[in-house]
Amino acid sequence: MFETFDAVFLARLQFAFTVSFHFLFPAFTIGLASYLAVLNALWLWTKQERFLNLFRYWVKIFALAFAMGVVSGIVMSYQFGTNWSVFSDKAGPVIGAPMAYEVLSAFFLEAGFLGIMLFGRDRVGPGLHMAATAMVAVGTFISAFWILSVNSWMHTPAGFSIDPETGQFLPEDFWQIIFNPSFPYRLAHTVTAAYLTTAFIVGGVGAWHLLRHRRRGEIATGESRTMFSMAMWMAAIVAPIQIFLGDAHGLNTLEHQPVKVMAMEGHYESHPEGAPLYLFGWPNDETQTLDYAVGIPKLSSLILKHSLNAPLDGLDTVPDEDQPPVFIVFWAFRIMVMIGFAMLGLGLWSLLARARGRLYDWPMLHRAAMLMGPSGLVAVLAGWITTEVGRQPFTVYGLLRTADSAAPLDAPAVGASLMAFIVVYFAVFGAGTWYILRLMGHEPSPAEPRLKDVTTGPTRAAGRSPVPDAPKEE
Amino acid sequence: MPLAEGISFDLTVIWAFVIAFAVLVYVVLDGFDLGLGMLFALEPRRKDRDVMMNSVAPVWDGNETWLVLGGGGLFAAFPLAYALILPAVYAPVIAMLLALIFRGVAFEFRWRTERWKPLWDVAFISGSALAALSQGIILGALLQGIEIDEAARQYAGGWWDWLTPFTLAVGLGVMAGYMLLGACWLVLKTTGELQNRMRRWATLFAPLTVGFIAVVSLWTPFLQEGYYSRWFTGWGWGLAVVVAALTAAAFFGLLTRLRMASAELSPFLLALVLFILCFGGLGVSMFPYIVPTEVTIWEAAAPEKSQLFMLVGAGILIPIILAYTAFAYWVFRGKIDADSGYH
Repeated sequence: MFETFDAVFLARLQFAFTVSFHFLFPAFTIGLASYLAVLNALWLWTKQERFLNLFRYWVKIFALAFAMGVVSGIVMSYQFGTNWSVFSDKAGPVIGAPMAYEVLSAFFLEAGFLGIMLFGRDRVGPGLHMAATAMVAVGTFISAFWILSVNSWMHTPAGFSIDPETGQFLPEDFWQIIFNPSFPYRLAHTVTAAYLTTAFIVGGVGAWHLLRHRRRGEIATGESRTMFSMAMWMAAIVAPIQIFLGDAHGLNTLEHQPVKVMAMEGHYESHPEGAPLYLFGWPNDETQTLDYAVGIPKLSSLILKHSLNAPLDGLDTVPDEDQPPVFIVFWAFRIMVMIGFAMLGLGLWSLLARARGRLYDWPMLHRAAMLMGPSGLVAVLAGWITTEVGRQPFTVYGLLRTADSAAPLDAPAVGASLMAFIVVYFAVFGAGTWYILRLMGHEPSPAEPRLKDVTTGPTRAAGRSPVPDAPKEE
Repeated sequence: MPLAEGISFDLTVIWAFVIAFAVLVYVVLDGFDLGLGMLFALEPRRKDRDVMMNSVAPVWDGNETWLVLGGGGLFAAFPLAYALILPAVYAPVIAMLLALIFRGVAFEFRWRTERWKPLWDVAFISGSALAALSQGIILGALLQGIEIDEAARQYAGGWWDWLTPFTLAVGLGVMAGYMLLGACWLVLKTTGELQNRMRRWATLFAPLTVGFIAVVSLWTPFLQEGYYSRWFTGWGWGLAVVVAALTAAAFFGLLTRLRMASAELSPFLLALVLFILCFGGLGVSMFPYIVPTEVTIWEAAAPEKSQLFMLVGAGILIPIILAYTAFAYWVFRGKIDADSGYH
């Protein structure tokens, strides 16, 4: 059944599918690990029960998301060899080292201290438990550092030479390889995206509980209010920073990968006297035109070159075989940007609500926050698609083509494994998402049950039994 | 500086040892928790299963990370070997990855549902079993040799080359060995009836494991010319006799200790000795080839600059990793029972 596709196409599909699924978990857990460290620190500092309760509430969700991130991540680490062995042989001498550093400095740190963070509070005491929680958070950040360095090198390769005999990339200067031209921008933009993603999920869960209480005519618990408030502070402060970082990242892309920007902006034609910003359009690679284009004159030049009449080259200056698929890049970019501005809007709205003293009593705001809960995940995926599809048709930008990177595999082998991944991922991660949603559906309460309490027996906690809204079996 | 004939002490050799070390640590650590997963099938009582799972819940993630280091290290230090081997064992690698997904999520999912708990138990058992079988098959396929196209630097064999009676024997051997390790681990971590049953399982899986070791050891020299001459000419004979004697000693020691009620740690350590001896034997067979007997470690090596850059980090970080991993095991030391479990 796979004979009609070629193996490279199926391998690309498989990589896109597995990396998209995988990326959702770290995008969530990078922010959540930091949030847990903050909650734990606030609990130690203020001794207010609500912070401990929130920690216990979110740590259960973290454990689920982290496990799914780990198992889907192991797949990624081996997929370079199984499906992209030629790429591995050629790029391994350069990017293998930073990837090994990721394992040594991040994965072990997370895994080593995760057990203590989850189960060790009573065994090691509050200080060491705090340290373990912080180590997990630091580990997620170090991991992002290395993997984004590797990824950025594939976009803006630097610090290497090419072996004329084997075609291998050889390292010349690891400092340049790690801190390649797009890396600082990509790291800042992606880590901030992870923080925003977590903030909107936490805010969405808080909003859901505020709404439910309002419907019943009750006052929400302090835990729900606290998490909603913390999340909205993040949205208000970080969303504008993220838009600024995104703009800086875009300018960096224009400098090093202008073709990607042409695809993002839908510029099939060159604009010698100022390029318009297309808001809408239907990219057509066949005719090399942006059909039904709606644009604001000169704005693209203003954003990208900070001058109304600055000339911008279009895809007509690029040979066909070097162009990325414009439609995907154009629309993925727009989705990401729209969500970014919606996040900014919600952040500003929350400031207004605070000023009016209505933060916990404005149902429209809470509904909007709930709706925006998963928006970070969508934006992260859209951003990732923009940058990765925009790099095509190369794996190492301008130097190694995707078609020349694949393993010598037959289409049926890749197709069969692709089918297996799809079935397993939807079944397993679907179930995991369901468990996470069910945990989110019950409210963080005073005396939030601990990981071991909820799992070994009926959900009961001192003073209040049974706990209201305890997670019930379906 | 040459240490012995044909062996020079250089970065590449160090990296071969680092990766071998990572794989050995992986086999030992994830070995017992994969074995524990397979033992689930033999221990249907829910409470026992809870205890068993709790005995590894805080550490399994760290155990599995050594697999990522083994693969990642191979990619970084020997990219050509990584590119040749993985496509050759495509199907068992994919099977292993999918199996590890099932068993990995079972650690969390199992505690999140009453109705579907049996389903995640099945996922845990079958995931553990398939992962162990796949790992054995991958090892067997590497030992029996893979076909390569030297000019194109690519794998050149077929998609089912990995499937032979030999690789299946290695796969079953690894399953038996992991179950032995798992049972010995549980002798250490449990009490009472469950501990007694684990002694009996270990007593069953010990001879099975050693049987497979004997079969695979006698089969291997006949797979490739190089192995035969390594083991059965000159000083090879002596080495073979020593390794066999040590294995036999460890085996009888293990059986004796398993019969003693007071012996809790020693069976696990003796099972480890069996694994280390096998691993050493593998090293003797393969060295200095990384794809026997086609590509040596030097032919597959990354440039010296890459290896040196990584060695600085590995030299500093691996001792630290070992220290905090040991600390985590220390924190969660002692017996597990259903009531004082972590989960």
